Amino acid sequence: MIPELGHLALMLALCLAAAQAWFGIVGGQRGDAVWMSVIRPVATLQALFVLSAFVALAYSFLVSDFSVQYVAENSNVLLPWPYKITAVWGAHEGSLLLWVSVLGIWTLAVTWLSRHLPQEFAARVLGVLGLISLGFYLFMLTTSDPFTRLLPAAEQGRDLNPILQDPAMAIHPPMLYTGYVGFSVAFAFAVAALLGGRMDAVWARWSRPWTLTAWLFLTFGITLGSWWSYYVLGWGGWWFWDPVENASFMPWLVGTALVHSLAVTEKRGAFKNWTVLLAIATFSLSLLGTFLVRSGVLISVHSFASDPKRGIFILAMIGVFVGAALTLYAWRAPTLARGGGFQPFSRETLLLLNNIFLVVAAASVLLGTLYPLFMDAFGLGQLSVGPPYFNAVFIPVMAPFFILIGIGPYVRWKHGDPKTTARTLRIAAVVALLAGILSLTFIHAAGFLGLAAGVLLAIWTGASAFIEPLTRLRQRMQGRNVSFARATLGMCVAHFGAALLVLGITVTSVLGVEQDVVMRPGDSITVAGYDFHFDGVHGVQGPNYTATQGVFQVSKDGAPIATLRPEKREFASVGNETTEAAIEPGLFRDLYLALGNSLDKGAWSLRVQYKPLVRFIWLGGIFMMLGGLLAASDKRYRRSREAEGTDPATVEQV
Amino acid sequence: MTPARRRRLFIVLVVLVGVGVAAALGLTAFRKNILYYYTPSQVAAGAAQPGRPFRMGGLVAMGSVQRVPGTMTVHFTLTDMQKSVPITYTGILPDLFREGQGIVVHGSLDGNGDLIADEVLAKHDEKYMPPEVAAAIKKAKEQQDASGKATNP
Repeated sequence: MIPELGHLALMLALCLAAAQAWFGIVGGQRGDAVWMSVIRPVATLQALFVLSAFVALAYSFLVSDFSVQYVAENSNVLLPWPYKITAVWGAHEGSLLLWVSVLGIWTLAVTWLSRHLPQEFAARVLGVLGLISLGFYLFMLTTSDPFTRLLPAAEQGRDLNPILQDPAMAIHPPMLYTGYVGFSVAFAFAVAALLGGRMDAVWARWSRPWTLTAWLFLTFGITLGSWWSYYVLGWGGWWFWDPVENASFMPWLVGTALVHSLAVTEKRGAFKNWTVLLAIATFSLSLLGTFLVRSGVLISVHSFASDPKRGIFILAMIGVFVGAALTLYAWRAPTLARGGGFQPFSRETLLLLNNIFLVVAAASVLLGTLYPLFMDAFGLGQLSVGPPYFNAVFIPVMAPFFILIGIGPYVRWKHGDPKTTARTLRIAAVVALLAGILSLTFIHAAGFLGLAAGVLLAIWTGASAFIEPLTRLRQRMQGRNVSFARATLGMCVAHFGAALLVLGITVTSVLGVEQDVVMRPGDSITVAGYDFHFDGVHGVQGPNYTATQGVFQVSKDGAPIATLRPEKREFASVGNETTEAAIEPGLFRDLYLALGNSLDKGAWSLRVQYKPLVRFIWLGGIFMMLGGLLAASDKRYRRSREAEGTDPATVEQV
Repeated sequence: MTPARRRRLFIVLVVLVGVGVAAALGLTAFRKNILYYYTPSQVAAGAAQPGRPFRMGGLVAMGSVQRVPGTMTVHFTLTDMQKSVPITYTGILPDLFREGQGIVVHGSLDGNGDLIADEVLAKHDEKYMPPEVAAAIKKAKEQQDASGKATNP
């Protein structure tokens, strides 16, 4: 009964989404007050129906209703209950339901928080969101219905893939999707502006908090995914340039460019065309990410070709949305007024460079991700493009980018003064150079030059991020009443996060130690100054698995540090085996131990790792997220329409 | 040239130079780092050059796994049911490595036609067969059928 209700709720949501799209877009274009007045109730109801469909599926998981095929394939009576809920998005159908549910939440947020916007504009935004919802409902109901019954019902579920039974993996997809789907709001704002022919600084100010919020969730989602792969996949890697990771990284890169480009459009009215294109591109890449991960094309283009219904549908949807948006853009772009001019040395130029670097980086990731798929699809041979390619392209593009991050905030809009900028930044430059020179003392490490360059860039970016807040603080302490916008503070915090990220990546890559060793119970080894003593292995019984657990005593210079218990878990229900690494965490270093294979005479192969500053990578991600949060909550974005109307300097009717 | 034009020209030049450099960098890195994928039959026919890394997928031949006692070194052969290639690997094998399982190895050939692997990959599902492996086995079977027909018309 409950699954049928869920199915019904989805169908009702589909009808309401169609109404939402019609009333929003057509009503907005006609300026029909009656039609526009129903848009909010319709959108709210639509979102509530999809959320109740989600609750229905979650309920089916909680009560282990194995007469629902999707539940039978992805759950098990023995599965602990929190994972029964997260199993909702453990596979294709449920993660699509999560996608549309998140879109429902965003729609609710827009419905509530758009009252200060002009009625036509808010109606168009909600109309575009309705159109996107409509596309996804059609997709779900025709190709991927999560409520399909299984008759006769299965007696026992197949269980959730064991590597997904993990707290970080439980919240990684919702965070990631909140980011992905949030860019559809940025897209809807851009399309609504094109429809209305109004694209100006005020529009950019409306769009910015939404874009920033989407961006911060995507940042958090990617950070969680990286952390998860670090401790769950068992081998201590934190980024693999895997197509699934790239699928979320590309919208992040272009979304970061969009956040910066919007700043220019808001402050100077410039880069309008570019900003609109970036909004369209970010949303397209989010859809492409959904396609890549959910169509089966990554497992093999052949498995995709044998069941192409889903993939073709998403591809067609990308084609329709992007094609329509670009056509609209081509039609409307000539009517957009040009923005304010600027000199070669100005913040505009630096932000333009920022955008170019980010877009080039995204394009290089796109090339490396799609090229093997094309080659295979056209029968031109099977090949892959591994981390060496991505590292070879990415590092040279990012190095100058990070130099610019340090400079950009200290150059004035329109017409900068190189001397003032140099004076502001000289201390940061000296500190960074000193840090770079100091790190040359690791001359014995392979790649010490890369280490010095990475440390220099990280300290440069980090030090630069402190100048602005420190200057303001000093002025306040002198009794001057200076304002410090939260958006500016957010920028500094996010840039500081980027610095932490670079520092973590550089140090852990160059100075990390990784050793594969064979040990017998009673053996000891020393890795990076830490002594590991192997006590032995014993059996452990988990809720839905049995494990072999190794016990290791870790000490340094005779002082005990930790007892590590890495495991090999066997999940009988799915016949699967996983490696559960043991980690001794620390802010400045992790010790990482994973059981390899059981060898002859009680011996085990093991991977022992020393990972200095590895946590800075995720700490950097969290700081970037916090920066986004600070910027998005700037009170400037909460000003009422009346206040904006009296601000003639920024209003520019096209 | 008016200042506005000069400015625009400057921006266009900056963009072009940047994109050009990036494209050159990217394509060079791309050419150097493409990793080809071969089947055991292709490798046995000499498709891979010794010393150049590539990937190869196949089934771990039954009864072929031999460990060197006291070390992490293991010898096995990888087959697509037509041809087999001997593999030597030193390191930790994935959880689902076993005889009859479809896996993918990354490595290069030594002078004797042995594949020295530096990475062994198996997916997290015992029923899973890498699609490349399934395709290779299918292809090898088709070739066998075709050649069988050619010799016995």
